[in-house]
Amino acid sequence: MLLIECPWCGPRAETEFSYGGEAGIFRPADPHALSDAEWADYLFYRSNPRGTHRELWNHAQGCRRWFGVERDTVSYRIKRTYCLSGASGGQPDGSAGGLEAGSGKRR
Amino acid sequence: MKHYSALGLLRNALGRNRRWTPAWRSAGPKKSYDAVIVGGGGHGLATAYYLARDHGLRNVAVLEKGWIGGGNTGRNTCIVRSNYLWTEASLLYEKSLKLWEGLSRDLNFNVMFSQRGVYNLGHSLQDLRDIERRVNANRLNGIDAEVVGPAKIKKAIPCINTSPGARYPILGASLQRRGGVARHDAVAWGFARAADALGVDIIEQCEVTGIEVRAGRALGVATTRGAISSERIGVAVAGNAGVLAKMAGLRLPVESHPLQAFVSEPVRPVLNTVVMSGAVHGYISQSDKGELVVGAGIDAYNGYGQRGSFPVIEQAMQAVIELFPAFSRVRMLRLWGGIVDICPDACPIVSKTPVEGLYFNCGWGTGGFKATPGAGWVFAHTLACDRPHELNAPFSLERFSSGALIDEHGAAAVAH
Ligand SMILES: Cc1cc2nc3c(=O)[nH]c(=O)nc-3n(C[C@H](O)[C@H](O)[C@H](O)COP(=O)(O)OP(=O)(O)OC[C@H]3O[C@@H](n4cnc5c(N)ncnc54)[C@H](O)[C@@H]3O)c2cc1C
Ligand SMILES: [Zn+2]
Repeated sequence: MLLIECPWCGPRAETEFSYGGEAGIFRPADPHALSDAEWADYLFYRSNPRGTHRELWNHAQGCRRWFGVERDTVSYRIKRTYCLSGASGGQPDGSAGGLEAGSGKRR
Repeated sequence: MKHYSALGLLRNALGRNRRWTPAWRSAGPKKSYDAVIVGGGGHGLATAYYLARDHGLRNVAVLEKGWIGGGNTGRNTCIVRSNYLWTEASLLYEKSLKLWEGLSRDLNFNVMFSQRGVYNLGHSLQDLRDIERRVNANRLNGIDAEVVGPAKIKKAIPCINTSPGARYPILGASLQRRGGVARHDAVAWGFARAADALGVDIIEQCEVTGIEVRAGRALGVATTRGAISSERIGVAVAGNAGVLAKMAGLRLPVESHPLQAFVSEPVRPVLNTVVMSGAVHGYISQSDKGELVVGAGIDAYNGYGQRGSFPVIEQAMQAVIELFPAFSRVRMLRLWGGIVDICPDACPIVSKTPVEGLYFNCGWGTGGFKATPGAGWVFAHTLACDRPHELNAPFSLERFSSGALIDEHGAAAVAH
């Protein structure tokens, strides 16, 4: 079982969270400007790395907020958790890789 | 290849089993091949076998980083059926089921295919409507399927709990009598032995570490045992598909997840069929050794670790005990995980790629064991002819940009 550190509530059991998939995928500002292949890439294609993965988690049975997690997909070790840009707290490293403010959950 | 027979078995037994010879050669890699298959699971081995048998391509190598059948082929719960909802999917799985029906004879290897029937349970009115719809769709496609009620289920499976007071009462089920289970290791070994006999090199301990692409064409692979050139490369590495795609500069609409299964201590014969339930998310059968074989659902997160989380095991156990209260005191002996390659529409990709000469067979996710012979058969055709067979044409990469997805998510009950 993963022990996940919610940026707001601290370390909690995996069963309190729900998984939101790869982080850093933004809905294109103008979908009509995209080719079918670009739209497919946005909708369906994922980087699926063997190694460090940036992903979204929601503290569904806690504060119900989304946040980012950097996790190794082979050892499952969590390297860090971080607030998303736009959410209170901002990105610890100031980088992109989260949801836009107010864009809500993806799945 | 030494032909296996009852007489040979007897002769070897009398000779104290000292005269058995290896079932396939331990081949070393040559410098080049007409076709290279990456991944020595059931799918890769079946592909090589049908390439050699049906398409006359015998200068073929199967490259496996570990030992053959050590991936999902040796880790699954062995369920074989073809009762998928959509025509494209059901025809592909039905092709496979037909091949299963003659496979032991084709390969001269007992894959222990046992058509003991597969029940997919329904626990609500909506489940039952879905079951009726799927059974009708199957029958229109010439696939055997029937709807059975609780009384018939109870008669066939006395230890199942059909009482109306159950938390998830059993209201009915679909039954495919031609479905069942097969021995997974035997499938890998049987295909390996038969492919080897046709001249295919099966090269274990040989990990592919790079794919050479020049001007949009695949030219060969780099491996831990040296470079191998080939202008036809078929990739069948299940959960590692994304890793291989990256080597060729490609992305895939596939994500890798852990999927777990476990077996109990052996008990007396108690369950002579396969029971699956999408609603409580468990599936169970009994092996010939007497072990109860139980499969769980995937872990939600991406993972390459060949192990999953404990809560998923707990859920699967809850499901099984809900259906079979008598099993609550059976002890579980072993537990393991595999890495499954999940597509957004829960259907596979058996396809050409933007790189010429490079083909992918992946995305079978939680349900590709049943497809082993069929997937190998259509993938061999795709590699040999440089175009898909009509059975796998709908399962191309293009479907993700054309929008012609084949949504088997809820439709095929539990995804196995
Ligand atoms: C727990 C579990 C239960 C399942 N239950 C069922 C079921 O009941 N019914 C069903 O139909 N399906 C089931 N499945 C799914 C099924 O097991 C798979 O879809 C199927 O076995 C895939 O076969 P494969 O040959 O493509 O993959 P694998 O058997 O995984 O073979 C891929 C091979 O590629 C090798 N490889 C990877 N990377 C490299 C590299 N770089 N170089 C060389 N070789 C490499 C691996 O070592 C591996 O041996 C289950 C899966 C799991 C994990
Ligand atoms: Zn929280």
